[in-house]
Amino acid sequence: MSEASDTVLTTQDGRPLKASLRKALRREKLRAFLLIAPLLLFVIVTFVLPIADMLLRSVENSIVEETLPKTVQALASWDPTSGKLPDEAVFAALAADLKVAVKEKTHTRLGSRLNYEQTGMSSLFRKTGRHVKKMKEGPYKEQFLEVDKDWGDLDVWQTLKRFSPPYTAGYYLAAVDAQQTPDGIQMKPEDQRVYLLLFGRTLFLSIVITVSCLVLGYPIAFILAALPLRTSNLLMILVLLPFWTSLLVRTSAWKVLLQQQGVINDFLVWIGVVSNTDRLVMINNQTGTIIAMTHILLPFMILPLYSVMKTISPSYVRAAKSLGATDWTAFWRVYFPQSVPGIGAGAVLVFILAIGYYITPELVGGTSGIFISNRIAYHISSSLNWGLGAALGTMLLAAVLILFIVYDKIVGIDNVKLG
Amino acid sequence: MSDLPAYASTGQRLWYYGFRIICGLIFFYLIFPILVILPLSFNAEDFFTFTKEMLAFDPAGYSLKHYHDFFTNPDWQQALTNSFLIAPVATILATGFGTLAAIGLSQSHVPFKSAIMAILISPMIVPLIISAAGMYFFYSRIGLQGTYWGVVLAHAALGTPFVIITVTATLVGFDRSLVRAAASMGANPVTTFFKVQMPLIIPGVVSGALFAFITSFDEVVVVLFLGSAGQKTLPWQMFTGLREQISPTILAVASLMVAISIVLLTVLELLRRRSERLRGLTPG
Repeated sequence: MSEASDTVLTTQDGRPLKASLRKALRREKLRAFLLIAPLLLFVIVTFVLPIADMLLRSVENSIVEETLPKTVQALASWDPTSGKLPDEAVFAALAADLKVAVKEKTHTRLGSRLNYEQTGMSSLFRKTGRHVKKMKEGPYKEQFLEVDKDWGDLDVWQTLKRFSPPYTAGYYLAAVDAQQTPDGIQMKPEDQRVYLLLFGRTLFLSIVITVSCLVLGYPIAFILAALPLRTSNLLMILVLLPFWTSLLVRTSAWKVLLQQQGVINDFLVWIGVVSNTDRLVMINNQTGTIIAMTHILLPFMILPLYSVMKTISPSYVRAAKSLGATDWTAFWRVYFPQSVPGIGAGAVLVFILAIGYYITPELVGGTSGIFISNRIAYHISSSLNWGLGAALGTMLLAAVLILFIVYDKIVGIDNVKLG
Repeated sequence: MSDLPAYASTGQRLWYYGFRIICGLIFFYLIFPILVILPLSFNAEDFFTFTKEMLAFDPAGYSLKHYHDFFTNPDWQQALTNSFLIAPVATILATGFGTLAAIGLSQSHVPFKSAIMAILISPMIVPLIISAAGMYFFYSRIGLQGTYWGVVLAHAALGTPFVIITVTATLVGFDRSLVRAAASMGANPVTTFFKVQMPLIIPGVVSGALFAFITSFDEVVVVLFLGSAGQKTLPWQMFTGLREQISPTILAVASLMVAISIVLLTVLELLRRRSERLRGLTPG
């Protein structure tokens, strides 16, 4: 081989072997990539860009600059801490901007945008919009103050100046019940705090649901793994059928079962546990959400647990018992530690799914059993405060992604199995 | 665990039967809500509970009127049609793209494999409400919001991870030497794909397609945001029905959907067995 080390190995067509192999590898890589590329492009356009758009919207604030370009420019030289109102040049710019905005009917949108930051802005802009056309040439400051004395309020101008830049952290502050005031970032008054409470409740309910899934799922997975294959396959149908049944079907079933004139209450009245006059309230509150969501997510706990327990050899437990361990010791010291990966996988999966749930809380949760996702939906479809909805969504997404990285560490993204 | 030994103590006996009773109760909790709607959907009254006649098995207590309502009510029929217009197209898109990508991903040299995998799986991880919000924002920018194709593309994106996972699973046990054998006997790559690889991965493709179909068919959050009245699907109609004017027709629809799930479950189980047999693994 010492002689051959100088001579270059070649393939049959005379090319150096290394180059030929490199080319083959390159071609293989290219082929793999070409197969993946269509889907990658598809997912990026239909899914990744929308998510990016949401992230952008949660900080985007170009509406002030777009609607009132001259005013924003004129305000740049005004010192909001001076305690004085802006000078005539700013009012003149505002008048010019508003005339354009009224023509394009964008001033009401700006008003409702700024109303998220300071109440009263929406009506101020609407009122001014009605009068701005009739304004005479000349000193504008007095005319504005005549239309609405709020224009003489420093707060209005400070808000306008604070939200002039094209990007803002205002939505995120609102999402954690804080606000930007002239004296820096402060918490909102006690009675206006909504979101921290809602985040807390989402977290609390998700934990309760995860724990109840674990408590109910562990025995089921255990017995499925221990029973002979024929029996366990039959019982598995009882787990897989709910798994495969439409979410809405299961939610409607719970709505039917739990309502006051529903099957469970009728049964309890019939056996005499509760009297006909005080039937249990089990729906449109947290109880309803917990019962229904535990049922819906239980298969997601049982299946990973089962697949782990299936691999635990029964001889370990037998060995422990033959060495004198009691049933409990053998289970707790030998079997249980081996099933921990399954618990981790199932619990993280259920928690991830629970924390982002929308449909079931919306239908059976009433007002006390709703999640942060219901609030996101409300902001997008009803209150139209898209920025706040996007900020809440981004925070939820961040939480899920962190959990998912944990899940990836425990189970591995490639080991996700279905059915 | 499976059997009680003859020497078991009273405590062990108690625990053995007690544990079985607990498990029985949990199984009951799992299956009861689904089973209970089946008889209720035949209620002759507009109630959501069992009437006296039903409990007495009096034929007068039962009727098909809720099913009749479902099949004659134009709202429900339109929703059913829309569901069948959207789900198959989304399934075809998801299955086509997903199968190709899964084959690509199973090759031995894929640059940035884990990053690509993370992106492709992400529609399954991200909570639906967030996907729906993002798609609503973005699709309204590009004019797809409130259109048929907007809903189809969104549903296809949500279905692809399932196709990738199921097809990748069948490719794990795939013997590459079969491809080389075919090539050595003069088959070109296309022939090899359709004659050798495709028959082996087809169970994975079909179960992936079923997952993609059911994802679209059951999906309600995204369609609520992206669809307009013209794309009202069956789950959407059920959702509004449950939220606003709860009518017993929903129980008839729900029962029909349970029947569909049973059929799907059976098909998937058969496919799984076929796939394991084909790949020479032990039949389940």
